Amino acid sequence: MAAKTVTVLDYGSGNVRSAVRALEAAGAEVKLSAKPEDILECDGLFVPGVGAFAAVMQALKDVGAIRWIGRRIAGGRPVLGVCVGHQVFFDEGVEHGIRTPGLAEWPGTVELLKAPVVPHMGWNTVTPPAGSKLFAGIEDERFYFVHSYAVQEWNFDVAQPKMVPPQVTWAEHGVPFIAGIENGPLCALQFHPEKSGEAGAKLLRNWLGTL
Amino acid sequence: MAVAIRVIPCLDVDAGRVVKGVNFEGLRDAGDPVELAKRYNAAGADEITFLDVTASSAKRETTYDVVAHTAEEIFIPLTVGGGVRAAEDVDRLLRAGADKASINTAAVDRPEVINEITQRFGSQVLVLSLDARRTTNPDVESGFEVTTHGGRTGTGRCAVAWAREAAERGVGEILLNSIDADGTKDGFDLEMIRAVRAAVTVPLIASGGAGAPEHFPPAIAAGADAVLAASIFHFGPDDMIKQVKDAIREAGFPVR
Repeated sequence: MAAKTVTVLDYGSGNVRSAVRALEAAGAEVKLSAKPEDILECDGLFVPGVGAFAAVMQALKDVGAIRWIGRRIAGGRPVLGVCVGHQVFFDEGVEHGIRTPGLAEWPGTVELLKAPVVPHMGWNTVTPPAGSKLFAGIEDERFYFVHSYAVQEWNFDVAQPKMVPPQVTWAEHGVPFIAGIENGPLCALQFHPEKSGEAGAKLLRNWLGTL
Repeated sequence: MAVAIRVIPCLDVDAGRVVKGVNFEGLRDAGDPVELAKRYNAAGADEITFLDVTASSAKRETTYDVVAHTAEEIFIPLTVGGGVRAAEDVDRLLRAGADKASINTAAVDRPEVINEITQRFGSQVLVLSLDARRTTNPDVESGFEVTTHGGRTGTGRCAVAWAREAAERGVGEILLNSIDADGTKDGFDLEMIRAVRAAVTVPLIASGGAGAPEHFPPAIAAGADAVLAASIFHFGPDDMIKQVKDAIREAGFPVR
């Protein structure tokens, strides 16, 4: 079987080399790019992100990626967001009292974690839902988190019975927060699978297996 | 469940080679930082820290190569310190494949550099490396004084006040190294850990003095979120990371 092709979205976000290498090690053929054709044509799009929510949203706008991410999702083409690349798919982020609109695929606000020690930095457990594809076989592993903000309330409207609701994975640091979402073609993770050793490698292989 | 206590081996790297020696059986090249990082990764290290002790900036280029090669081989967080003076240095390290940078003397000289770096890259990329020693100087309120240049130079400044200021300016973690305890193998300076823990809410990494697995749980009980050590891992038995984690787990703290 031919290797799956993955584009790691290149918009000037921190350490993307690790994401590229981890995906390659998991068996993907990887491109680091922000060109529309590379965003659209790959089997999977990986959206990294470190730093501030507002800065990441601005950088996504600056490289013109938002439209193409949206087009992929509308076309049922897989996207995986990580860390701030996970957070931007919610309604909004609040940092230092400033509200920044997100891509609003899901309801929820990314807010400062209500925990005694912040940033939440290190290896933590997660609670994936039954039937999770990403966490299959690694439900009890620890993954590497590094973040100060998270979505701590989930009020998804399930009134529309024909829609399959997103599968939500929770973790806890001081308070429960959303560690991952699997929603058809769009998946997002608050932790860093590319920094989570063997468990992270297995998760990336699980994702590649869905493409 | 809670976030696991991190166990972090630290490697001193000079011009691309590990210095101070490392004693591992069956290792092809004991001076190669990439091989050692792989070894520690396989042994269960939660992160790896490189401290670049290269004296000349001309030779520092090799550090970026080492970081790049390490990032090719291991998929756990990598922190690099030594020679970080400005946001540009952090940018280069991140581009090479580091996840975090640590800063020491340059931040003492010019604290604003913390704001500059963290506003650009976020708090999570910057670790304040704080070398402190006990002092009888009455001007140092906590009794713990900030030192620079690897502990050789006293500053007359209070380490607890500096930790608080650095956290307010945006560092995401504090690596607290006791100059007095460093190298003694008698255990961590618990009083120093407690004093800094009480002053900051960012994660605290304890360093200096570890000589045996049983030295680690008291540092965690004193408030450390992570523990960093060098020689106990370099010269101890090959399963020392596991021994340390077993000791931490037996004391009732979570480990990976």
